[in-house]
Amino acid sequence: MIHRMSAALLSLTGLFISAYLYLYKLGRIGSLACGTGGCEAVQLSPWSRVAGVEVALIGVLGYAGLLVLSLAGLQPGLAGRRWPGTLLAGLAGIGVLFTGYLTYLELFVIHAICRWCIASGFVILAVFIVALLDLRRLPRDRTS
Amino acid sequence: MAATQAGMKRFYSLFAVIAVAGLAVLGYLLTRPATVSIPANVTVQASDTSGFTGYVKGSPTAPVEITEYADYQCPFCQTFATLQMPTIEERLINTGRLRWRYRDFPLQQHPFARVAAHSAACADEQGKYWDQHRRIYEGQSEWASSRNAAAIFRKYAGAAGVDLGRYGACMQAGKYAGRIQADQNAGLALGVSSTPTLLANGRLYKGRFDSDAITRLVDSLARHSTK
Repeated sequence: MIHRMSAALLSLTGLFISAYLYLYKLGRIGSLACGTGGCEAVQLSPWSRVAGVEVALIGVLGYAGLLVLSLAGLQPGLAGRRWPGTLLAGLAGIGVLFTGYLTYLELFVIHAICRWCIASGFVILAVFIVALLDLRRLPRDRTS
Repeated sequence: MAATQAGMKRFYSLFAVIAVAGLAVLGYLLTRPATVSIPANVTVQASDTSGFTGYVKGSPTAPVEITEYADYQCPFCQTFATLQMPTIEERLINTGRLRWRYRDFPLQQHPFARVAAHSAACADEQGKYWDQHRRIYEGQSEWASSRNAAAIFRKYAGAAGVDLGRYGACMQAGKYAGRIQADQNAGLALGVSSTPTLLANGRLYKGRFDSDAITRLVDSLARHSTK
């Protein structure tokens, strides 16, 4: 239970970070609180969109999905089931890979670091780790 | 069981604290007033203009010059800038037949017009005036209904490749408030009362605002200037 609780709290934190970056992209909150200025360089770069979709919006949707999954996995009927944890780990794993790609772009293509993106990177990595720990504690679901 | 329930209670308490704190921060960011405001009716100093008489596009030897007094938040100016100007530019300005001079005339009823003009002026410092000018007009429907247009102009500046540190300092200082006011004063002195207003070789133009009409005007003025 502690792992899914941790995943829920981390996902909520990630959701707020992504929402903050997305609201910035919508021009609703002025400038970003980012000491180096790297956040704006990253957020305003052509790589801030993937297939026409804002990366920050992908983050909002991804974290919202993780939050729903982790909260659902805490409910009495599902707390002992393995599949919510499997879905959680799968989605978080995709998030980790995507974050890795974005961090590569920041370091080697854009040459600027967005602190909020790095913070989100740590959050998604932490969600992935607690999701894996959650899977370790549970036996495989019986199919019959 | 009791331990689990106590754990869940602690979890939901912590969850609620984070949710409320996050929502409070985002709510504050969304509702705080725009931090950039460019004052109107400032007293124009000689140093505000330093000989500046508008943003110019086109050959200095073109036989015809059109001066446009416009307001970034005026819908008709937006239509003219986005639909007619590309043709005028291609047909007349790029061919050396016309020189275009753009001057600011922010109308009182448009709350973001002056900030928009100032944003373009700050981009001009970095050689990005026309890029920012185009983005502001093209995005008019986005920022005109926004609560924080200055943030959207900043976004455009970033996309145009403007150094946002210098841009931000320029905007915060209201560095070009006097220059915008000087443009407006010059327009008022010429009898400008609405936007866009065009002056062709210094004379008020009363015709249609489309590229064909402007082409005929330029052709006519060019013929007269060569006689």
